[in-house]
Amino acid sequence: MLLNIKDLHVSIGDKEIIKGFNLSVNKGEVHAIMGPNGTGKSTLAAAITGREGYEITKGEIFFKDELINEWEPDKRANEGVFLSFQYPIEIPGVSMTNFMRTALNAKREYMGQPPMSAGEFLKRMEEKKKLVDIQSKLTNRSVNEGFSGGEKKKNEIFQMAMLEPSLAILDETDSGLDIDALKVVAKGVNQLKSEDNAFVIITHYQRLLDYIVPDFVHVMYDGRIVKSGGKGLAIELENSGYEWIKEQFGA
Amino acid sequence: MNKTKQNYFPLEEALIKEFGKKAAVWTEDELPGISQLRHQALAAFKKTGFPHNKLEKWRSTDMEPVYQEPLTVHTEETTYDKKIDEIFQCDVHGFQARVLSMLNGSFYGPEESALTVSADGVIAGSLRKAQQKYPELVGQYYGKAKTAVPDGFKSANTAMARDGIFIYVPDNVEVKDSFQLIKILNKKGLMVHTRNLMVLGKNAKLTFLHCDDSVNHHEGLINTYTEVFLDENSELELYKLQNLNDETALVNQTVVHQSAYSRLKVNVMTLNGGLIRNEIVDQMDGEGAWSDINGLFLIDKEQHVDNQVYVYHNVPNCESNQLFKGVLDEQSLGVFNGFVYVAPDAQKTNAFQQSSNILMSRDAHIDTMPQLEIYADDVKCSHGATVGQLDKEALFYLMQRGIPFNDARMLLMYAFADEVLGKIAIEPLRVNIEDMVKRRLRGELSICDRCVLHCSHPDKPIEFDIDLSKI
Ligand SMILES: Nc1ncnc2c1ncn2[C@@H]1O[C@H](COP(=O)(O)OP(=O)(O)O)[C@@H](O)[C@H]1O
Ligand SMILES: [Mg+2]
Repeated sequence: MLLNIKDLHVSIGDKEIIKGFNLSVNKGEVHAIMGPNGTGKSTLAAAITGREGYEITKGEIFFKDELINEWEPDKRANEGVFLSFQYPIEIPGVSMTNFMRTALNAKREYMGQPPMSAGEFLKRMEEKKKLVDIQSKLTNRSVNEGFSGGEKKKNEIFQMAMLEPSLAILDETDSGLDIDALKVVAKGVNQLKSEDNAFVIITHYQRLLDYIVPDFVHVMYDGRIVKSGGKGLAIELENSGYEWIKEQFGA
Repeated sequence: MNKTKQNYFPLEEALIKEFGKKAAVWTEDELPGISQLRHQALAAFKKTGFPHNKLEKWRSTDMEPVYQEPLTVHTEETTYDKKIDEIFQCDVHGFQARVLSMLNGSFYGPEESALTVSADGVIAGSLRKAQQKYPELVGQYYGKAKTAVPDGFKSANTAMARDGIFIYVPDNVEVKDSFQLIKILNKKGLMVHTRNLMVLGKNAKLTFLHCDDSVNHHEGLINTYTEVFLDENSELELYKLQNLNDETALVNQTVVHQSAYSRLKVNVMTLNGGLIRNEIVDQMDGEGAWSDINGLFLIDKEQHVDNQVYVYHNVPNCESNQLFKGVLDEQSLGVFNGFVYVAPDAQKTNAFQQSSNILMSRDAHIDTMPQLEIYADDVKCSHGATVGQLDKEALFYLMQRGIPFNDARMLLMYAFADEVLGKIAIEPLRVNIEDMVKRRLRGELSICDRCVLHCSHPDKPIEFDIDLSKI
């Protein structure tokens, strides 16, 4: 099993956001997590990736059968956890090239491998840029600085392609994208999909799932999963909206 | 409050005594005007002594501990007895520059290189030599610059400085290769005074890199005063690179006079130094003058860096920009004082100022105070100051991609510094300085990495103490 979350409770400050969350993900699977705003989807992603300020008060997160609750974010990343951020931030002054090279070599160092040569690195950059239709030369551009909303999301997928994680969490990568950009993102994901990795796709809408077909769909509400099913559940949700969940599971 | 004999610091007393011993001898080989300025300056110094932190301009920088140190006021000429490259054995990476060296307060080099005149009329070398050889030219400018508020260091410098760098660029000459001044102390416990004068004619162009470096861990005090005169439509790029040991104090005053349509670019980069005080005064005297004054300082331990910038918009239609950035770690203390003055009829003035600082530790401290004095009504002025920590979100973003905390932190510090480094127009120089900043942030920069030159034995302190008895 790649990811196994057991009875997870997460608080921000004194406020409990995740309230008993369970999920297991195997290699080769695509899981979709859907649910209304403010339900805790991004909080879950933050907890899995080890963000400061998101306190696990109860429960366990296992990744490749190891308990990772206390691991630093970089260790989780280097073991293969990747997050495509809902709101990718701009980092003026850090060039994309320098950033990716540092990240890639950090991973190689973690794995006990020598750094990648400049030539090999640039070749890989070009290859992966094509995958997500990034035309601009990234060399002199700072991370996300001056990128449009769509470019930022594409850039997340580009980074994912560069780093080849075994578990990728996509937090609303589709929101704000037009249909062409959406297809590009989906193409990127589908090309990277393999028997050895898995995807957790957090989304509001079913439309991304037309392009990336999930094996499982989970409905999340108020910090936990309230319903799970196959792809059909996403279509059901699209038609019925989230109101019924609020009625059924709301306080 | 005037000083009296009873309350001089030992260093003040030593300075006055040294003047008494030497002044008469100095008169023999220098311009009468300069000697006269010396005596006036000493009289002023006797009244004020060195600055103390009850003075408005000095309230955040207390140099008293330095005045208490057993320093020698050193005014002896340094004899040239070892080849420069025998001592330094350095590589220059792609940066073409003509190097001028100053050792313990005086020009260092073989006699024939002490003052040169190139085919296009550029005069460069020792100021002491220049005032002997070109008395009219030097006399026309020496001591004519107008500082913001004259203080004891300026008086001390005018009274005691015997040498420094003189550069004259005639009208319409664009100097292709940069000049690089490397200033070093290699003797224990010296206080030295150096004085530079730069004159650019109409449409002239010059790039000057001024480096202050240490080659050992001796304590010392350097008091430098630089006067710059930019004639119409001339352009000066002035880079200051400071990489001094923690035991050295540096007081560095630069006063620039700008004529119409002249352009001034200043970039002060402080990589290390126990106590550094930089003061830049920009007098905009001609319409259409433009200036861009930037600074970056990276300090830690108990280091102290004080940047003072005074821009005087004396006439209409000028533009000035200031950007100073600091990264402060451990118990270090930074000071930024940016002053902009706009004269009553200096309409259509543009003046922008920004001070941004990152505190890496709880004990680091920055004192930043913009000051605007505006007497015209049709002006565009802005100022801002920020003090903060590293962006936590950015830190997490980098770590989520696998970059360990320390590297992520370094990357962000570097990114912060990059805005200032990006303004270095000469590419090989920028690349070299960027490299130095990276190593500084990683804690790998030695004080021996002097000025874009890499020592052949960076770990071995260079010692070539001069036998004073032979002079
Ligand atoms: N940094 C924070 N501080 C306090 N509350 C937060 C913070 N981040 C999120 N929350 C709260 O946690 C809840 C879940 O938010 P989030 O995980 O972003 O939901 P979703 O991604 O499902 O829209 C919301 O009520 C939100 O207000
Ligand atoms: Mg969210």
